[in-house]
Formats: sequence, C-alpha cells, structure tokens
Amino acid sequence: MGIYHLLWLIPALPLLGFLILAIFGLKMPNRAIGIIGCASIGLAALLTIIIGINFLTSPPTGNFYQQTLWTWFSVHGFSPAISFYLDPVSLIFTFVVTFVSFLIHWYSTEYMRGDEGYPRFFAYMNLFVFSMLTLVLANNLLLLYLGWEGVGLCSFLLIGFWYKEQENCYAARKAFIVTRFGDTAMIIGLFLLVKNFNTLNIQDILTKAPSLWQPGATTAFWAAILLLGGALGKSAQLPLQTWLPDAMAGPTPVSALIHAATMVTAGVYLIARMHVLYELAPVVQLIVAIIGAATLLIAGFSALAQRDIKRVLAYSTISQIGYMFLALGVGAWSAAIFHFMIHAFFKGLLFLAAGAVILAMEEEHDMFKMGGLRKKMPVVFWTFLFGSGALAAIPIITAGFYSKDQILFFALASTKGSFWLWLCGFVGAFLTAIYTFRMVFVTFFGEQKKEVHRKPTNSIKIPLIILGILSLIAGFIEIPKAWGNFAPFSSLMNKVMPQVQLAAGMENKEVLLEVITGIIALLGVYLAWQFCLKSPKVLYNFKTTGLGRFIDKFFFKGFMFDQLYDIILVRPVVWLSKIDKRDFVDRIYEAIGNLGLLLNKIFSRTQNGYLRWYVCGLVLGMAVALTIILFV
Amino acid sequence: MITVLLILVPLVTGLITFLLKGKTARAWAFISAIVTLVISIGCALTYQSNPASLTIDVPWITQLGANFHFGLDGIASVMCLLTGISYVVTFLSCWKHEFKKEQQFYGLMLLMQAGLMGVFASFDALLFYVFWELVIIPAYFLCSIWGGKRRIEVTFKFFVYTFFGSLLMLVGIMYLYFQTPGTHSFSWEAFKSLHLSSGQQSGLFWLFFIAFAIKMPLFPFHTWQPDTYETAPTPVTMILSAVMVKMGLFGVIRWILPVLPAGVAFWGHFVMILAVIGIVYASCLAIVQTDLKRLFAYSSIAHMGLMCAVVFSETEVGMQGVLIQMFNHGIIILGLWVVVEAIEQKLGTRDIRELGGLAIKSPKLAIAFLLVCLGNIALPLTSGFVGEFMMFAGLLQYSVWMMVVAGLAIILVAIYILRMLQKVIFGNFNELTEKIVDLKVYEWLALAVIVGLIFAIGIYPKPMLDILHHTTQSLLAMNMVP
Repeated sequence: MGIYHLLWLIPALPLLGFLILAIFGLKMPNRAIGIIGCASIGLAALLTIIIGINFLTSPPTGNFYQQTLWTWFSVHGFSPAISFYLDPVSLIFTFVVTFVSFLIHWYSTEYMRGDEGYPRFFAYMNLFVFSMLTLVLANNLLLLYLGWEGVGLCSFLLIGFWYKEQENCYAARKAFIVTRFGDTAMIIGLFLLVKNFNTLNIQDILTKAPSLWQPGATTAFWAAILLLGGALGKSAQLPLQTWLPDAMAGPTPVSALIHAATMVTAGVYLIARMHVLYELAPVVQLIVAIIGAATLLIAGFSALAQRDIKRVLAYSTISQIGYMFLALGVGAWSAAIFHFMIHAFFKGLLFLAAGAVILAMEEEHDMFKMGGLRKKMPVVFWTFLFGSGALAAIPIITAGFYSKDQILFFALASTKGSFWLWLCGFVGAFLTAIYTFRMVFVTFFGEQKKEVHRKPTNSIKIPLIILGILSLIAGFIEIPKAWGNFAPFSSLMNKVMPQVQLAAGMENKEVLLEVITGIIALLGVYLAWQFCLKSPKVLYNFKTTGLGRFIDKFFFKGFMFDQLYDIILVRPVVWLSKIDKRDFVDRIYEAIGNLGLLLNKIFSRTQNGYLRWYVCGLVLGMAVALTIILFV
Repeated sequence: MITVLLILVPLVTGLITFLLKGKTARAWAFISAIVTLVISIGCALTYQSNPASLTIDVPWITQLGANFHFGLDGIASVMCLLTGISYVVTFLSCWKHEFKKEQQFYGLMLLMQAGLMGVFASFDALLFYVFWELVIIPAYFLCSIWGGKRRIEVTFKFFVYTFFGSLLMLVGIMYLYFQTPGTHSFSWEAFKSLHLSSGQQSGLFWLFFIAFAIKMPLFPFHTWQPDTYETAPTPVTMILSAVMVKMGLFGVIRWILPVLPAGVAFWGHFVMILAVIGIVYASCLAIVQTDLKRLFAYSSIAHMGLMCAVVFSETEVGMQGVLIQMFNHGIIILGLWVVVEAIEQKLGTRDIRELGGLAIKSPKLAIAFLLVCLGNIALPLTSGFVGEFMMFAGLLQYSVWMMVVAGLAIILVAIYILRMLQKVIFGNFNELTEKIVDLKVYEWLALAVIVGLIFAIGIYPKPMLDILHHTTQSLLAMNMVP
C-alpha cells in the first residue's frame, strides 16, 4: 500500500498552507507568501499524480483505498469519521482540483502583485482548495458537507475579497445565500438518509439502498431530489443559477478557481457519487436531465447579450455545467466526468487569459472597449483561441469536441435520452459557438481601442500555455467508439460506475451526429464572424428596434430571474419583517398592561367620596349576592 | 463537597465585594471568577471519574422535608462549566470598563453567579426555587441601576414577566409537595416517583412550563428579551443570554421531562409547534433589526426555539444535540457580546447603519467577529454545527414538516448574519469608524478563549458528548411513556 498512506496529505497540505498564511502571513514578505501558497498546492498535485500513477498501474483491491483518521462524534450508533476514500472518480476530481488550482495559484502570484491583501488572498485560496479536496475525498456525506460548506464560505470570502466596495460584498452575500437554499435542501436530505440508514458512509448507502428501496420508491425520490437541491445551488443550475454571474466581482483567479477547479463542479460530483440513488429514482434523474437542458439553453442565450468578458464566461460555465447535468440525467456518468475534466482545463484557461487581458486594460471588463489585442498579446491570444475552440467544440482538433459530442450522442442514444434532450443540447452547441467567438472577435480582432498597460510575464504565460495545450490534446484519451477502440478514461470510470445503456439501433448513428454537430459549431463561428466583425451594422440596427431592445435586455439580465426573485421572495419577507419590526406580540402584552391601567381608572372613579355612591354599591352587591345564593 | 463550593465561593466572595472599593473590587471579583471556573472544571472532571462524590444531601428544614440536596449530573456539570467560563470571559471583556459603584456591581454579579450555580446543582425543589429567585433579584438591580435609557420601564417589564412565571412555578412545586407521601418532601427523587394522573400532569405542565418558557424565552413569551438585552449593561446581557436563558431549558430537562412525562406527552407537540413558529418568526425579525444587541437577541430567540422544539422530540440524537448546544450557544453568543461591547466601548454606538469598514482599521476585531459569526451560522467545524446537526436530525425523526419549517432558519440565519457583517466589518470606513482602535489585550484574550472553544468543540466534540451521554440515556429511559 505504501504510497497510499500519504493520502491524507493531499488535503492536509493546502490546510497547512492556509494555517501558516493565516497566522504568520501579515509578517511575511510577498515572495514567501507566494511560494507557500503555490508549494502547498503544488506538492498536493504532485502527490496526487504519484498516487494516481500507482493507482492506474497497480490498482488496489476493489479499486478503492480508504483511510480513516478519527471519529468525529458518535451518537446512537451514528458515528461519522474523518475518513478519506480514493477511487477512480475521486482520483480524477482530486487530480483536476490540485493540478488546475496549482496553475491558478502560480498565475495569481503575478496577478495579485501589489495588492494589499496578498497574504489574505493566498490564505483564502488555500482554504478553498482544502475544502474542495475534503469534499471530493470524503468517505461520508457529513465530511463531504463540511467541504461543501467550506467551499461556500471561501467563495463568500473571495468574491467579496475587495470588500471596500459594497457591491462586491453584496455579490458575495448573494452567492452564499442562494447556495444556502440548496445546502439546506441537501442537509435535509442527509437527515433523511441518516434516518433510513443510520449512517452517512457513502459506500454503505450505495450498497444498501437497492435492497432497501424499490426503483421509484417515494423515500428514494425525496432523498435524491433533496440532494439534487444542494447540487443545483453549488453548480449554479436552474433555478439557483443567479449567483454565478454576480460572483465575477472577485479577482479573476478566484473566478477561474470557482469555475474550473472547485465549487461549481461540486454538484456534478455529488450526483455522480450518489448515482445509485438517482437510478433508484428515475423521475429525479429525468429532472436532472431536463434542468441541465433548460439551463444550458437559458445560459447560452444570456451569454449572447453580455458585454463584460467575465460575464460571458460565467454564463458559459452555467451552460457547460448544464451539459454535465444532461449527461448525468441520461446515465452517462463517465461522459459527465470527462466533460468536467476537459471543461476545467479550458475554462481555467479562458478565465486566466481573460484576467491577463483585464490586467492589461487596467481593470476594464467591457470587451467592446478592448479590440485588436491579437498582435499585442500573442500568447494570450493564441491560448485564448485554443480555449475558445474547446468551449465551442471545434471538431477534431479540440478536446471540447470529444467531451461534448459524447454527451450529445448519449442524450439521444441512451435509453434514458430522447430527441428533445438532444435538440436542446444541439441548439446549445450552436449558441456556444456563437457567443464564444463573438467574444474572441470583439476582444482580439478589429481595431485597438485601448493601450496595453501591463504585459503578461512568465508566471502568467506558462500556466496559460500548459492549459492551452491540454485544451487541445486532452480529448484524445477518449476517442469515439466509431473511430477506434481507444477509451482509457471511460474504462477507468466504468470500474466503479455503470455504463450507459444504449437504445436499440443507436450504435451506428454516432458518426452522423458528430458530423452534424461539427457543422453547427463551425456555422456558429461563421455567424459570429459575420455579425461581429464583418457587418456589425446588421446587429446594431436590430438592437435599436423595439423588439431587439427588449430581447437584448432580457438576455442581458439573464432572463430576469433576479427581478423575479426580488418580487416573489425578497420583498415580501423584508416587507413583512419591516412591518413587524417592533414585534406585534409585544403589542399584545402592552394591551394587557393598558387594560390594567384602564380598569384602574374606571374603578378609582368609584372611590369618589360620595356616601350615596357607596350605599348604592353596597345594596347592589347584596342584591347580586342574594340572587346567587337563593336562585342558583 | 466540591459541588457546594461552586455556590459558596461566589456567594461569599460576592458578599465580601460589597465591602471593597473600586479597582480592588474588580480584581477581587475576577479572582473569584477564576477560582469558580477552576472548581467547575474540577467538577466536570470528577463527574467522569467519580460522579457519586458530587452529591451531598443534608437536612435543611426538617419539618418541611426540605434538604440541602445538591448534585451534578452530566448536563448540570456542563452548565456549571459554562457559567464558570462565562464569568471569566465577561469580567475580562469589561476589564477597563469603569462602572459607578463598582463594588456593588461586581457584588451583585457574583451573587447572581451563586444563584445560577445553585439552580443547576439543586436536587431539591424548594432549594431550586430559592436559587431561581436569587438569580432574578440581582439581575433586576443590575439592569435597573446600570442599564441604558428606558431602563426603569424595561426592567419592570422583565421583572413582571419572570416573577409571574416564578409564582406559577411555586404553585406547581407546592402542589407536587403535597402529593408526596408521608411527611412530604421537596426532593427530586420524591417528585419523580409520584404517580400522578395524566390530567394532573397536563395541568402542572403549564404551571412549570410558563416559568421556563419565559426564561428561554419561547415564542410568544419572548418580548421581554430584546428590550432587556438592549437596555442592560453588556456584561449583564452576556450572563443573561449565555447562562440565564439556559435555566429555562435546564428546568424542562430537570423538572418537567422526568416528573411530568404524561404532561409532556400531552403538550409536547403543541409546544414544539410554538417553538417552530418562533424560530421562523424571530429569524425574520432579526433581518430588519438595526441595533446589534436587538439583532442578536432575536437570533438567540430563534436558536433557543430550536433547542426547545427538539427537547420535546425525545429522540436520542436530538436530545444529545440539545445538551451540547446549550453549552455551545452560550459560548457563541458570549463571543458576539464581547464584540458588541468592544465596538460600543470604542465608538459609542451599536447602530448597524452607523458602522462600516471595521476590517480595515481593526482587523483583529473583524476576524474574531467573523469567526464567531460562522459559529452562529453553524458552519461545519464550528461547535454550532455539531449541536445543530444533531438537533435537526432528531427533529426530522420526530416530524419531517417541523424540520423543514425550522430548516428555514438555516437560510435566514445566513441572511441576517451576513447582512449585518457586510454592513459592520466590510465596506469602507466612515468618519466615525475611521478612528477605531483594534482590540485591547484583554478583549483579545476573551475572544481567543471563545474562538478556541468554538473550534475545539467543532473539531473534536467527543469529550463533551461523553459527559452528556449519560444524561441523555437516563432522560430517555425515564420517559418511556406508556
């Protein structure tokens, strides 16, 4: 087992980095801070790779390795432990998290140079990575929830990193609270599982569930849908997607970390991890697919109308996670995880490259104020182009093609798939190509509108180049079945995950579908070129018509979800609470008090000193008393 | 014997304090608090090794059958520990605060501590009642003499509320007393072994429970609390919210669950509904508060409501959660008050709207505040999470719908705490907060203790749970309602 004993170090190293930076950070020089921040993640990544190679060459028995550190608490036979679990799924997630985070950290040493919050930044980033690693390595759902909430906390801290601006704080708060809705659903789901299994150990639940529940059982439905609630929040899927575009308020490396390596993929991980539950609750699994399809479309349309380069990327993330949910929903577990990995590479790249652009443009986010950066920043341009190609799934040469087309194929061909799910994904692919290349053309082509202020250095360029290469070649580890039998990724996944069930007569349609989606992606690129670069007038004229203005605004505001929630949720609660600020219950007690005073006033009137009043009172009292004694 | 010291030390030192002057009184009281803390730690340790040695039972008023019957079980020793810690932290946090007539202030505080310890350690109903009142009387003077504006009317309200409850409880105690066989007895064991009809029990339930509900406070008996917390001097508020309100829950655990099981069976569900309503109601009101003290008051009502709901659910997980949360909530709210006191001392205001940007000028204060707030939100690895998780798990086993409604509090707590944090420590500083100086050594020390406890229990709650385990077991065993 040897090297596996070091598994605990993978999350512990970033935690150690965090503790050092949190305690001594303020007294350390920036260089040391950067080294500690990067080295802790880098070592974790290195360790993951070593363990990973070990795992691939000589897999442990049963394809998993488990390491228990201590028991957290123990009540009534329910005793969650601090325990890590490594199997192919968590291995891939751990690898992506550590590796991409390392590159982002490296990049940040340059990006954050000169910021007064330098130590704080790296401390939070390390904590973020630690939380995410705990999440993916946890062997029980309670520890997973710990990582889950830790991720939420770090996103709160990092989105609001520049806390002097109230808007940033607002965005941070929004991210935390919106995801908190999902988290609450999730923890209720956990309680439900505790009640049924008296354990939160993931493997125990997965093995016991099929014998406890029939497929379609009501409890299975509730457990699956409550956990889904948590996944929707963290992964920014409908209806909890509204926090992600605003989360762009944080520094750009934070966005890269949230979108590529951590946080938003947590939901995908959770559902993939608990796949047995979803197979026992087919209705929920269908809901997953439908939410994925709807989200990818809505986010795709919204991305078309954005002006802020980071917001385009934010909506593209929502949309791509939508694809992953679609894959999960049709039972293509391996395809979802594959797309997660490829997405981490190219989305990390796109954010980092966008960050380099923003740095060069002195914190300008509006791409329509940039333009023509192709010649001035060649490395950034070419890597950004590779990333965009992967995002738009340009056929054959980019990794995104292999991962996304697999999902589209399964959306149609799986027994759980359907034509309509495929169509949504197909339209989404078209939209993706358009908005992605709109961004490329507007930012890097055309005339230059602003001078380049700060040239990227090596710490920025090297991570970009590494991720750029991966965005091109990483797809070759999973070649479509029709082309040849080379799919090491899915064969690794299928050791622990069920394979997709294909509907009859679908096997040979893969090539046809690939050709169609390839064409539609290229068509999208062409349209973007036509309307953004060649004749932008057409689009401009359309936007000035009434309908055009409405659509533009509607898309720009992300289908007005914020406004909707404001009206149906936020305002009523605040309004009711405001009315009741002085607490009406207290008014009741006050009324009792006042009643006492009133009675006092009335009765004290009777003590007025007139003898006739007193005699009258006496007689009346006697009359009443006598009546009662004699007649009752 | 050691149990008696818990009461005797603060009582005697408290009386002596009245004779001292100014700073000497302050130092004297602080030493006394430390000694009491050491004794309470000793008690908690003794409880694990030799619990029987903590019990003492000598005749007091033999004609009445009232005894000096003290003892500590798991929950009582933990509550005494909480009291000990609270006093040390409270005195630390107001170390530089110069109260007028200092010797009286500290004297009354220590008398109140004796009362609190007595409440937790008494196994004799008459004794319990005496200590119960001994807590209220110093609290009344502390609020009415050293309180803020509106102190007379607010303290009057507080007094009427709690006194009303106490009277009903006295009636209840007397009724039970006359039911005991032979020469009558006030002892807890005698009360527990009474065979009362379920009609009697459901009536008696309210005689006791109103007193406890007011203390907690449970919706709709809560309205004294925000006013009192706001008006009372912060050190007193600290003791009231960290320890005194736990007396209500403790009363339920000691005197209602074992003595009136049929009453619990009859009314428990109703009380739980009230509590769950209260959780959501108080959380919503917390969103719109602008005074830090009122905000935390409503937050506390919501948290206590959850504990009250779960205590009646009678599930093992839930009960264990309530017991540990009684301690954890005390520690967390103590931390919140230390911060409020620090801010008010430095800036002279508690109004959220006037604050902002404290993170820039006083980072230590901001970090400590953030960490304590995380405990209040019950993030995993903080002590708040351990208790809350177990309580919700227990509540769900009792009723899914109650858990779901109460679960709204998980969202609402994040809303009001983050909103407050954003206004107070984030944002840019203004003319007022520009001048703030960071934490003084004693404030820092007080907060370090709090934050240390919050994370220690959050990461490794086992020792604490072990102490409480036996209490949970015996409570559930006693309440096997036919």
